[in-house]
Amino acid sequence: MRERIAVLAGGHSPEREVSLRSGHRVMTALQSKGYDAFVLDPGEEPFVETLSAARVSACYVALHGKDGEDGTVQRLLELLGVPYTGTPPFPCQVAFDKVLAKEALHAAGVSTPPWVTVQATALRDLAAGPILHQVAERVGLPVVVKPSRAGSAMGLSFVDREADLPHAVMSALSFAEAVVVERRIDGTEVAASMVGSREEPLPLVEVVPKSGVFDYAARYTPGATEYYAPARLAPEVTAACHREAARAFVTLGLRDVGRADIMVDARGVSWIVDVNTSPGMTDTSLLPMGAQSAGLAFPDLCQRILQLALSRAAPAEDAKS
Amino acid sequence: MAEFNVDPYVDLYARRTSGMSASEVRALFAVASRPEVVSLAGGMPYVQALSSEDVLEVVESVLAERADAALQYGAGQGTPALRERLAMLMAEEDTEADPEDMVVTTGAQQALDLIAKVLVDPGDEIVVEAPAYVGALSAFSAYEPRFLQIELDDDGMIVEHLEDALVKGVRPKFVYTVPNFHNPAGVTMSHSRREQLVALCREARIPIVEDNPYGLLRFEGAREPTLRSMDPHNVIYVGTVSKVFSPGVRVGWALAEPGLLRRLILAKEAADLCGSSFTMLVTERYLSGERWRANLERLVDIYRRRRDAMLAALVEHFPADASWTHPAGGFYVWVTLPDYLDTQAMLAAAVERRVAYVPGTAFYPDGRGRDKMRLAFCYPTEDDIAEGVRRLGLLLADEQELYRSLSG
Repeated sequence: MRERIAVLAGGHSPEREVSLRSGHRVMTALQSKGYDAFVLDPGEEPFVETLSAARVSACYVALHGKDGEDGTVQRLLELLGVPYTGTPPFPCQVAFDKVLAKEALHAAGVSTPPWVTVQATALRDLAAGPILHQVAERVGLPVVVKPSRAGSAMGLSFVDREADLPHAVMSALSFAEAVVVERRIDGTEVAASMVGSREEPLPLVEVVPKSGVFDYAARYTPGATEYYAPARLAPEVTAACHREAARAFVTLGLRDVGRADIMVDARGVSWIVDVNTSPGMTDTSLLPMGAQSAGLAFPDLCQRILQLALSRAAPAEDAKS
Repeated sequence: MAEFNVDPYVDLYARRTSGMSASEVRALFAVASRPEVVSLAGGMPYVQALSSEDVLEVVESVLAERADAALQYGAGQGTPALRERLAMLMAEEDTEADPEDMVVTTGAQQALDLIAKVLVDPGDEIVVEAPAYVGALSAFSAYEPRFLQIELDDDGMIVEHLEDALVKGVRPKFVYTVPNFHNPAGVTMSHSRREQLVALCREARIPIVEDNPYGLLRFEGAREPTLRSMDPHNVIYVGTVSKVFSPGVRVGWALAEPGLLRRLILAKEAADLCGSSFTMLVTERYLSGERWRANLERLVDIYRRRRDAMLAALVEHFPADASWTHPAGGFYVWVTLPDYLDTQAMLAAAVERRVAYVPGTAFYPDGRGRDKMRLAFCYPTEDDIAEGVRRLGLLLADEQELYRSLSG
């Protein structure tokens, strides 16, 4: 009998649309490999009942953003005893929250740009607004302002002047209760993805947005960004990126699949700017490009990720249970 | 090394598609369409008010009696019988219309597209209001015009501003306006402004495109004459049955001078040969007799109560330094917030709090409107409207607190 696989996609997060695109693509790929795959949207109730009734062999997690990437859905799946692709709950929770992830990376000596965290509660309850001046001074302009918990560059802005910082902070706080104000690194943007082995990332994918900024439109409008895989970097720089990405994956405890976004500055130093536990699987997404560059076609890629989850399935108990 | 070709067509796209890109706001609307979110965003007519027996009877009779015609191609201009019904709708607003001067379109939206297709070359200037209906902006944009936006106030387009622009030498191909219960601003052009606009455009020989989807949805006050009735030769009129019957039938129309009309019909035939014979027959039959009138009365009553619910909730929950329009009809209230608030940036937080609106930036081609939002009262119930506005009010209070802290 064909194995029944629920591809989890959709959800309530602002990345719902992206996730649905990832999910449908993964579903089609798995079907082409002979699985009885279907998309299940945790945003549609009753999710738990539907999943239990479906008696699946495993879930393929193609969710992005809140609930799907922050450990919430993973905890449910642990409780239900359903094997699933990707990182376990707690590392998900840490990796998804840039405040926690940056602290963890920094403590482990992974290179990540200098930053300061600003919390909404500090601003609202402690009237700590004037602190922004010190933030700008500490980090050094220009900066990137990011919501602590969001993806796809949503709520992210670049700030060159201190006067623009309050607006950028307010915009980012629309997505989360804290923001990361990070020094902006100019240079080459690359993504290092991994499948299965954290220590051996896939070939780097270089990102060249035509607008100059890899924002939401540049990510999801085909043609708005040029991609090169492998990246056009010197071998020693590529090696350094791989090394740094591998350390980030290990530090944050990623499993099965992941993507590190890296900025390589003018001196060739690589900086980890983000780590994703559930990288996009759309037609403009970076992980599938890295895989393809390594000779791994999309259906094979999806199957390989799925098999990692299936291999964790408990041996079948007797038929009565 | 390989360059990844994500889209093999990327070098082939026409220049007019350059503005068509993925957007964060659209992504957020995908979440906002979920049932737990009170959406004050979309302008969906409340079609539930339609009597389902009426609709069923009309559809059945079309299939029973006119199946051959309903399932066949039709005339590009639309049938004379339907055009007579549409002329009758215009007569409700004391506007004479010869059905011969009319082309039936796939919703008013297609009429806007065809008008721009026939009149606008790349680089031509066209005048729209500030703010302007977003659907018109996207329809016109495909023909690569330069937009001149003329501000409006509680009395509609500030015609003096247009006059100033004309004095400075601007020569637009046409002036586009929604004079009644404006989308998104909710305001209605005053009588004197109508006279001013009609006179100015006649003298300057610039046609007016009058888009009047909401004219029959008046809650109170005296009706203003249509621009078309004031100057039939210089006004291209665009109408729709979406708000008095159903947007699902996709029936709209344009009324124009014979020369222009010929071109609009040819352009229409080039685009889609003809509209849906089936829904055109359904519309014709629905608009025969008096049942549509009872439905319209019901709708006006429902929308009036929803408008009242929204205005009351705004007074109760919105900050004192916000202001909003008081529409006498139509679907929308237009809110202006203190200028340090950014409705586009705030949308994610609003959706997180289970309420949605359209950020003001959608209605300006030049990125303005960050301090504005459009709230639609047409679709949600009165209770949902009150709850949605309450949620927005709480969000605004939090945003203001945040701003006060950040501005020291």
